[in-house]
Amino acid sequence: MNQITPIARATTPKDWETDQEVRWCPGCGDYAILKAVQRTMPEIGATPENTVFVSGIGCSSRFPYYMETYGFHTIHGRAPAVATGVKLANPDLDVWIITGDGDALSIGGNHTFHLIRRNLDCQVLLFNNEIYGLTKGQYSPTSAVGTRSPSTPYGSVDRPAQACAFALGAGARFVARAYDVSKDLSSVLKAAHGHRGTSFVEIFQNCIVYNADVFAGFTEKANAHHQLWLNNGEPMLFGSDKSGGVKGIALDRDRLELKVVDVVGGDWQAAGVLVHDVTNRSIAHMLVEMPFGPFPMALGVLYEDPSPTFEAAVMAQNASASEGKTPDLGKLLKKGQTWQVEKDGPSL
Amino acid sequence: MATAVTEISTPESLANPPSQSVVVRFAGDSGDGMQLTGGQFTLSTALAGNDLATFPDFPAEIRAPQGTLFGVSAFQINFGSDEIDTAGDAPDVLVAMNPAALKTNVSALKLGGLIIADVGEFNERNLAKAKYDANPLEDGSLAKWQLVPINISQLTLEAVKPFGLGNKEALRCKNMWTLGLALWMFDRDRKPLVDWLNAKFAKKPELAEANIAALNAGHAYGETVEIGGQLRQSHVAPAPVSPGLYRTMTGAEAVAYGLVAGAQLAGLKMFFGGYPITPASSILHYLSGLKEYGVTTFQAEDEIAAIAAAIGASYAGSLGVTSSSGPGIALKTEAIGLAIMTELPLVIINSQRGGPSTGLPTKTEQSDLYQAVYGRNGDAPLPVIAARSPGDAFECAIEACRIATQYMTPVMLLTDGYIANAAEPWKVPDIVDYDPFPVSFLEEVPEGGFRPYARDNHLARPWVKPGTPGLMHRIGGIEKAQGTGNIDYSPANHQAMTDTRSNKVLGVNVPDQEVQLGEAGDTLAVVGWGSTFGPIHQAVRRARARGLKVAHVHVRHIWPTPANLGELLHSFGKVIVPEMNTGQFKTLLRDQFLVDARPLNKVSGQPFTIAEIEAAIAEHLA
Ligand code: SF4
Repeated sequence: MNQITPIARATTPKDWETDQEVRWCPGCGDYAILKAVQRTMPEIGATPENTVFVSGIGCSSRFPYYMETYGFHTIHGRAPAVATGVKLANPDLDVWIITGDGDALSIGGNHTFHLIRRNLDCQVLLFNNEIYGLTKGQYSPTSAVGTRSPSTPYGSVDRPAQACAFALGAGARFVARAYDVSKDLSSVLKAAHGHRGTSFVEIFQNCIVYNADVFAGFTEKANAHHQLWLNNGEPMLFGSDKSGGVKGIALDRDRLELKVVDVVGGDWQAAGVLVHDVTNRSIAHMLVEMPFGPFPMALGVLYEDPSPTFEAAVMAQNASASEGKTPDLGKLLKKGQTWQVEKDGPSL
Repeated sequence: MATAVTEISTPESLANPPSQSVVVRFAGDSGDGMQLTGGQFTLSTALAGNDLATFPDFPAEIRAPQGTLFGVSAFQINFGSDEIDTAGDAPDVLVAMNPAALKTNVSALKLGGLIIADVGEFNERNLAKAKYDANPLEDGSLAKWQLVPINISQLTLEAVKPFGLGNKEALRCKNMWTLGLALWMFDRDRKPLVDWLNAKFAKKPELAEANIAALNAGHAYGETVEIGGQLRQSHVAPAPVSPGLYRTMTGAEAVAYGLVAGAQLAGLKMFFGGYPITPASSILHYLSGLKEYGVTTFQAEDEIAAIAAAIGASYAGSLGVTSSSGPGIALKTEAIGLAIMTELPLVIINSQRGGPSTGLPTKTEQSDLYQAVYGRNGDAPLPVIAARSPGDAFECAIEACRIATQYMTPVMLLTDGYIANAAEPWKVPDIVDYDPFPVSFLEEVPEGGFRPYARDNHLARPWVKPGTPGLMHRIGGIEKAQGTGNIDYSPANHQAMTDTRSNKVLGVNVPDQEVQLGEAGDTLAVVGWGSTFGPIHQAVRRARARGLKVAHVHVRHIWPTPANLGELLHSFGKVIVPEMNTGQFKTLLRDQFLVDARPLNKVSGQPFTIAEIEAAIAEHLA
């Protein structure tokens, strides 16, 4: 988020809708995310004119057309770079990047990496549907091994990228996860907006046409016990008695890795369950890499530990380098060794 | 007045009208400091009031193995009492610091020209590295030139002995010794150089003193040693230039300053996105030091991010600028299309180099004209202008900023490796002489409602800064409806938008084409663009001095072309187009004007010589 002028006026979710017809497939998870964002904007006190949505290419990247803000639908993979220029030109703007798994991790992987490492103050919402939707269903860099698609009729063979692990590896200071229809998406978005620096949010999004229900293993109501919602200062618990018992995440101190433990009678301390500390980078690395199946899906704010932002550093250096100097173009042009040519030849 | 040129009577020099100009080439190992020697000699030449042009020619490798043929670095300067437009054809004087430098450069030397060679470096090892079977200083193979062998290494070591430097450090002073000799040869003042050395080595006074001692020793050597006729002092009279304040200027510096001036005239802050690439990096370097002028520089992760960030900055209300060389421009191409589609101002500088692919990074070429004018997917027109000299690059950069902001369009400015690196004396302009072209952002909903793709009399759309209340809108690379800018794929709309984008660029206000020398209707026109200006101008001047009806037309506005260009070209009996490519501008001229333009092409990585153009003129007039 940023230092925007305090709430100039209250808005309602309606104020954030455009007159454009939304063109996603009916039932697409993008609708839920759009609604969640439009619902969140008034709550965080954002103003439409100070807000800029920048996107790349893909289904998700149509997003800016539906937000009554400034919006820039750029080219494939380059939204982070365009957003960097926007923010450096005007650090007062509240910049959101909308991207997808192919956009951010395949064609734009380089820019995503550098955006995060520089820590530009912005929110990155990566809609991960594990497929190329707009180009009609090819497997993507996050697709599971064996994904059958028009370009992989015998199943994909390459190992998928893990978005949050990538972000942490790039040096992210804020990493969160949510899914499209989650009622907690809005609170994750608020946390992302509240963080100064690059806030990286992976949102699992159901592509109903080309990769339907690929996240059903934890997003279905019946599978809610496979969700591990992380809250700072609270134990890492999931499941319930109804789902076959409350479980927790503990640290296997010999192997330095996470393990699932049973919590009996609510005594999580006895079971050695970890308490979530958002500033613990080592545990965050383990959380983002937990294989789903043996482990639950870690959701919420996985890691947050602010550090100075890129645009602030650039502005500070611009200011300090300019201090005490009067920009005088005439003088600049005469810099260095000059000589005067009179009618009768030159002199020093 | 005695100059090397007037004293040497060779068939070649006799063929050219006598002029008060001298061409000196310093050549040595890339570790010998030849570029620095050349640069300082250039400064002293400028201070002596001569007009000049230079040509730095160095290897692509940063530290090529010592003594090898491909590790040779050379710096050529042409200076004189008359107008100088090129770095000169054949050198009158070659300073060769080792066998490899001699081997790679001697064939260019004018017949009867002077070779100053450091015999201290002509040992067996270095001769072998340069692939010499016998020592050329001794076997008579240099008989057609005047050879002055001097043990520069030894003399330098003696001169700096009192300062207790190690052998390697002491030998580094060789270039100053050589410069001292050169300054003596051309009757130059040593003081600016002494001041420069004192400043450069302010923290290491012993190095300053050693270098000054070497400089003085070289100078004293010229003064006291009798070599009998070959090495003599000459004085080239100051060139008659128009009164004013002068400095030396390279093209890269001129572009940087021109951009600062252009942004100022537009009343904008500048955002420069760059990625290191030869020979364009120096523009990024210069601008990085000018933050107090409202310049933000961003070294991006790659060429694409550099332009994408510049587009983002333009969108947010700054003047976005990016710069590169051919391979980098290729990477930026998709983003250039985005700037065309979203109709945002953007200045793109291409310092062209030899291609294709990595090509010849440190050599000059003009082979990106097709890329600039035609090289994008879709019908994607943008204005293209080309600078003809380092000083002209200043004017062109301002012009690029003007067109970009007044027409809401990306503009490509073409320079090349030669312009970027070469130095010429530059009369410092007075910035108040330039008409400002202030940008006005749209800040309120206009009467009849806000339409992001409404058109003004330039067919430009309004520029709205994010942050402006009430004017929120969305833009993108998808085809958009006329006026509203909403997504629109309909056939009639795409036709209309394509036509509008094209007409906007074709409607850019471009000054009429002037004839640089000669006049419309001459028997032959030599039509050039970019850095071929110098050799064409001199060749045409010489031809006209012989009474030939030859004109020189040099085009700055490559796209759109000046309105009168077609008629002008048709007025000449014949048109030849010298280019450092295989005929790209020639093709454009033929296409646009159905004129029988004849190509004259050179793609050796070296600029045209005057003689080459003269020969072409003679051939076409025969
Ligand atoms: S293809 Fe998939 S991701 Fe794209 S709009 Fe349709 S459902 Fe959504």
